[in-house]
Amino acid sequence: MTVLLELRDVFKTYGTGEAATRVLRGLSLQLDGAEMAALLGPSGSGKSTLLTILGTLMKPTSGSYTMLGQDMIAGGDNELTEFRNRHIGFVFQFHNLLPDFTALENVIFPTAVREGRETNAARMRGRDLLSRMGLSDRINFPTANLSGGQKQRVAVARALMNRPELVLADEPTGNLDSASAIQVMDLIAQINREEETTFLISTHDEKIANLCRRQIVVGDGVVTG
Amino acid sequence: MLYALKIATRYLTANKAQTALLVAGVAVGVFIFIFMSALIGGLAEFILSRTVGDISHITIAAEADDPALLFSPDGQVLIATERSRIRAATLTDVATWVPMIEALPGVRAVSPQITGAGFLTRGAQTDQVSVTGVEPGRESVILNLSGYMVEGDVRLGSGLVVLGRDLADDLNLSIGQTLRLQSANGGTAALTLSGIFRTGNGGIDGARAFVSLSTARTLFAVPQGVTQIEIKLDDLNTADAMALRIRALTGLDAVPWTDGAGQLREALNAQAQTGYFLKTFALITIVIGVASALLLSTYRRRPEIGIMRAMGAGRGFVVFVFVTQGALIGMMGGITGAALGYLALLPFPSREAFRSGTLPMDITQGSYGLAITLTVIGAILASILPARAAARVDPVTAIGQ
Ligand SMILES: Nc1ncnc2c1ncn2[C@@H]1O[C@H](COP(=O)(O)OP(=O)(O)OP(=O)(O)O)[C@@H](O)[C@H]1O
Ligand SMILES: [Mg+2]
Repeated sequence: MTVLLELRDVFKTYGTGEAATRVLRGLSLQLDGAEMAALLGPSGSGKSTLLTILGTLMKPTSGSYTMLGQDMIAGGDNELTEFRNRHIGFVFQFHNLLPDFTALENVIFPTAVREGRETNAARMRGRDLLSRMGLSDRINFPTANLSGGQKQRVAVARALMNRPELVLADEPTGNLDSASAIQVMDLIAQINREEETTFLISTHDEKIANLCRRQIVVGDGVVTG
Repeated sequence: MLYALKIATRYLTANKAQTALLVAGVAVGVFIFIFMSALIGGLAEFILSRTVGDISHITIAAEADDPALLFSPDGQVLIATERSRIRAATLTDVATWVPMIEALPGVRAVSPQITGAGFLTRGAQTDQVSVTGVEPGRESVILNLSGYMVEGDVRLGSGLVVLGRDLADDLNLSIGQTLRLQSANGGTAALTLSGIFRTGNGGIDGARAFVSLSTARTLFAVPQGVTQIEIKLDDLNTADAMALRIRALTGLDAVPWTDGAGQLREALNAQAQTGYFLKTFALITIVIGVASALLLSTYRRRPEIGIMRAMGAGRGFVVFVFVTQGALIGMMGGITGAALGYLALLPFPSREAFRSGTLPMDITQGSYGLAITLTVIGAILASILPARAAARVDPVTAIGQ
């Protein structure tokens, strides 16, 4: 298996002095292409922090991070934004979609923002992704009118839009009922098989974690299992 | 950036009531701007037409020859004058100069005149008058005599005189009656009253007599040439420059109306300054309104901005989305305000028909294009601060995982 990314000896401390919270303390982690991994650990253990660093939305206090052979620490804001757009997809727990836009408009955002307009090719891929998510009848729906499970499936479709190598999902099923949660996980598993996209999914749910081939547990600022 | 424009438009249409309110606020500012422009412009026009409209914009008067100075052997200065030279100050080459000046672009009319003081006598009543001899056909080119006629005919001919209402009443004259005009240097003429005018200006209505150039020529013993040339321009604001040009062209002492009109200019300037002041405030109100509304919108949309940034939208893109919103609001508010301003100015009388007692609004001086342009620029400037705030939104805290 090819190495997709590698974190080495990463520290992350929030705040300074008395108020300093040392969340990551020398964490190292390697993810390969086409992996499907769950990220586990007690609340406050630093799962979201780790995903944010992996997503290049935040830099670690120290340590190294390479993805696709590129140094992710040195990059400037524009470089990292461009890199994220091409190589990393996100699914968050809340605030996932742009509320004033339809499902399709949300899905094709990552392509449209790069190309400066919404092309027909992008719309075709967007429709295709939405139907794979079982949302063919919700393509032009305002996202405000979608159910929670539908919203998360739209978010997954959007994360896949630019065919990224890595999708980071922070508790994507956290506020879904178990049936919707299983449905979303099935879709993720299917995409992972078919498109060899690497998924890293943080969760508190053992059942969700067991649907992944690999489980990564964080505790005390390092990977413990 | 077509896509940023789409997102900006969507943001504005997503909250129609708020956008409409914001556009209305901008429109009110623009409305005030236009109303002030029309009022200040109209007032200036009104004041100028009342004070300068009926006078010559550039006057060329014959230079009274300075008396020759003689020095007596013991050093006393003697002034040598001859009686015959008193009236000798004339512009002799009128036939060449008038067509030359008339040919200049921006010159509306030229009136060669012979002027002087005289006495009007009818029966036992005598009145002092200032006599103006003008070429028949040019009676109305400087002072709009034909517009002020209340009786009779403006056309001057040999043996005819046109007087103001006050003067005619004072001498108890009516059209067709005769009177005697005696010039200060002795010439006399028997004239028939052919027309009566009323300008509303007592100095003109009670003390001016208009006769034909040839009548004035005999009356004032000016065998050739004229004593002054009056010039009317298309735009009275060009008087200074035109006077210089005429001087250069003819070598004559052309004097613009602005010489000695310092107070009027100061008053007009002060008025214009007041206008700028109020218009600036209207613009500042627009800028503050747009800036605060967009800042609020930036705050409300923080999570979305975070999402967009995470999905690969650069800072520049976010800036563009918010600046475009500002520009769109400015454009819509500007156009709405300009249209409302125009409609509100329609009922006011046109500049030719200003009446005392009404606001002299000039619909043609609304500065509509300027108002819209400044508003769009102002709204764009106003959106820079919110746009920068939006671009600095940290995706991590905004998404709030
Ligand atoms: N911006 C911040 N400033 C200060 N402290 C922070 C900040 N973000 C997170 N923390 C702290 O860092 C620690 C790790 O937070 P993080 O959100 O990564 O945990 P988590 O494993 O995702 O927890 P959960 O399972 O509850 O989502 C927590 O103690 C949290 O309070
Ligand atoms: Mg978390």
